Amino acid sequence: MNLHKLSSRLCPTVTQKFRHLQIQSRGQQLEAVGVETESTEQNPLSVFRTSEQDPTYHSERHTGQYYTLPAAHIQKLFPHGLPPRFQLQIKTFNEGCVMVRPPALELISYLKKADYSKPPLRYILYGDVGTGKTMCLSHALHYCYTQGWLIVHISDAHLWVKNCKELLPSSSRPSRFDQPIQASQWLKNFKITNERFLSKIKTTQQYVWTKRERTEKGQPLGELVDQGVNRMKSSSDVVGAVLRELRLQAGGATEGEGAFKLAVAVDGLNALWGKTSLKKEDRTMCEPEELTLIHNVRKMMKNNWSGGAILTALSQTGSLFKPQSAYLPSELLGEEGFDNMEPFVPVSVSNYNEKEFESCYLYYLDRNWLQHSHSRSEEGKKELIFLSNKNPSILERLCAFL
Amino acid sequence: MAASGCRGVRSILWKYGSCGKNFCVSRSKTVPQLPVRQICVSSSLWKKNLAAAGPQKFTQEFIDKQVEEFEVGKRHLANMMGEDPETFTQEDIDRSIAYLFPSGLFEKRARPVMKHPDEIFPKQTAIQWDAEGRPFHFLFYTGRQSYYSLLHDVYEKILAIERHQDKMRNKGLFTSETKQILLTGSRWLLKEEIEEYLVENISDHDYVRLIQLMEKLLSMPYCSLEEEFILKFRKQLEAQSSKHEIPALQYDPQGVAFSVADGRRKTAKASITLRDSGSGNITINGRNYLHCFPLLQDREQLMFPLHFVGMLGRFDIEGSVEGSGHSAQAGALRLAISRALLSFVSEGEVERIRQAGLLTADPRIRERKKPGQEGARKKFTWKKR
Repeated sequence: MNLHKLSSRLCPTVTQKFRHLQIQSRGQQLEAVGVETESTEQNPLSVFRTSEQDPTYHSERHTGQYYTLPAAHIQKLFPHGLPPRFQLQIKTFNEGCVMVRPPALELISYLKKADYSKPPLRYILYGDVGTGKTMCLSHALHYCYTQGWLIVHISDAHLWVKNCKELLPSSSRPSRFDQPIQASQWLKNFKITNERFLSKIKTTQQYVWTKRERTEKGQPLGELVDQGVNRMKSSSDVVGAVLRELRLQAGGATEGEGAFKLAVAVDGLNALWGKTSLKKEDRTMCEPEELTLIHNVRKMMKNNWSGGAILTALSQTGSLFKPQSAYLPSELLGEEGFDNMEPFVPVSVSNYNEKEFESCYLYYLDRNWLQHSHSRSEEGKKELIFLSNKNPSILERLCAFL
Repeated sequence: MAASGCRGVRSILWKYGSCGKNFCVSRSKTVPQLPVRQICVSSSLWKKNLAAAGPQKFTQEFIDKQVEEFEVGKRHLANMMGEDPETFTQEDIDRSIAYLFPSGLFEKRARPVMKHPDEIFPKQTAIQWDAEGRPFHFLFYTGRQSYYSLLHDVYEKILAIERHQDKMRNKGLFTSETKQILLTGSRWLLKEEIEEYLVENISDHDYVRLIQLMEKLLSMPYCSLEEEFILKFRKQLEAQSSKHEIPALQYDPQGVAFSVADGRRKTAKASITLRDSGSGNITINGRNYLHCFPLLQDREQLMFPLHFVGMLGRFDIEGSVEGSGHSAQAGALRLAISRALLSFVSEGEVERIRQAGLLTADPRIRERKKPGQEGARKKFTWKKR
């Protein structure tokens, strides 16, 4: 009707107020115009949201803006991967919105430009507590997923070095210890994430689990994974086998159908080289190498394969025996870890800057998360800036009770 | 015997009389001389009665002697400290005693003190009656002679002013606009203070009557004649805002204004530099304040002074703090920030800040553990038997 002509005639830089003044007579028209303006012009509401859902096309233009993770992707890709508070937020807001931030964009640009015939590049996300390392990692993983890579995602390596109820001596090697529960849990998640690859990849050798169970050569990977899920006792070794298979076959350009790129993502990398809080039966402390899972993941970290990328993030929050002020790679990884991971590409993550803080604040307002009337004012915003020092996690916890 | 008995009784009366209590004591003279069997009474009996009468009260000679000793002691002290005995004031005495007898006792009143005997010994009334037992004052038998005599005085003055008024009217010089007494900034003496002045106990009703009478005196146009008398009963109030030291505003080479201030709370000492640079960074002991104070409550304490003045994002704070725990450190920093803010803020704002309680140093410190108890207040388990 004439509403459409109105919106097309008026140039988009005219402010909303002006339009409302013009058409003040009929309330229905006001509502309709409101809907129109959101789509036609860049009003403040869309400053913090972008409609670009595909991480491939995210660029500097989108920094500070939130994009929505499609629900199907969340279910498949991140059954265990997202931070628990973020999962709660998804449940509350009914949508998973991630902010596009420079470290994630940097990481994605490296992934785009990398040469996948060479050994994989190792990227380490480091930064202060609560600055968003895990979220950046998730963003990059989402990119990999949309590109069709195979994802190996260890959501928190710290969970494997502490609070383990069952620690069995390994069936295959005498000096190692198995963690059946964690291993089978991880295999289940792996299965959910990478369904479509499971039938395509075939095993390259025979694996003997017990006297009666074995997996023949040439079996689809899915069977291997099922073996681990069903038989808890050998699940840790299954994990090792799966990782080995993937290492051997990643980027194999021999068969066109089986070619895939491998993304190994580890959160809490410093757990692999730190200390554990697990005790052996004779009450001595366990070393990380003595755990099968850790040992296998360490092997993945080495860049003696090709056709993928290794994305990692350090984490102080779950780490054992590390002071709270440590956040640099050298401090958290220790000498051994640092030597193992070198050379790597460090990506630093820091607190929000002005623009990012602004968009986070607007997002919470939009979601009606900030209930306190004072928080909508300028004064309240300044208070929030002061109290949280623009740290994402602290801001989130602060707003949770406002 | 009877005579000695009388003398003994009189000595008791003497001692009773020198207490502030005026009770009607019957004169021993009128006791008839009856034949009394002499009972041998030892002086210990008298002593017991004396003790029951009350604590030893001070005679005028005793107090005079004390005053003499005080003056002599003052001169000795001045000589000891190497100062001039003639110009040795009470403050000098206090200083010297604190130097010669250092005491770590918390209760200030328990520390050694050397003051004029008038301040130490309580005021007491002299004997109210003469050798024959007749009271001096005509209002003695009211029971509260000073109070009623004061009321009489005030009424006398009222009558005098009325006579003066009539005289002026007769002359034709009566004006209502006369010099008024300035009463702002002062208050009537409290009941306790009046009691101290009169050396007598008075009731609330009496106090109210006295104040009403004084108000009546004040309501008359020519009351300025009795200004001196009235001001004796008014006490000056303390100055509203006690002067706070405002730290000087300094400028560093770039032209940025900054000020330095200290703060203390419960063994924690903090010292900060407040810079007017326009960003809201806070660095404490070289680390970000988010690391130093992970607790929200501590950060809110830091925020309070700036938020109150409304200058949240304007200042850069660089500080160092040591001692005590996190809460005390936050409190010390808050005090330091408020003090430093005074130099950036107007006079009215200073008063507002003071009233908000931001400039008051919190005097609470850890209470000492006492022997015979678990802690400062907690007692051991009480067993009935």
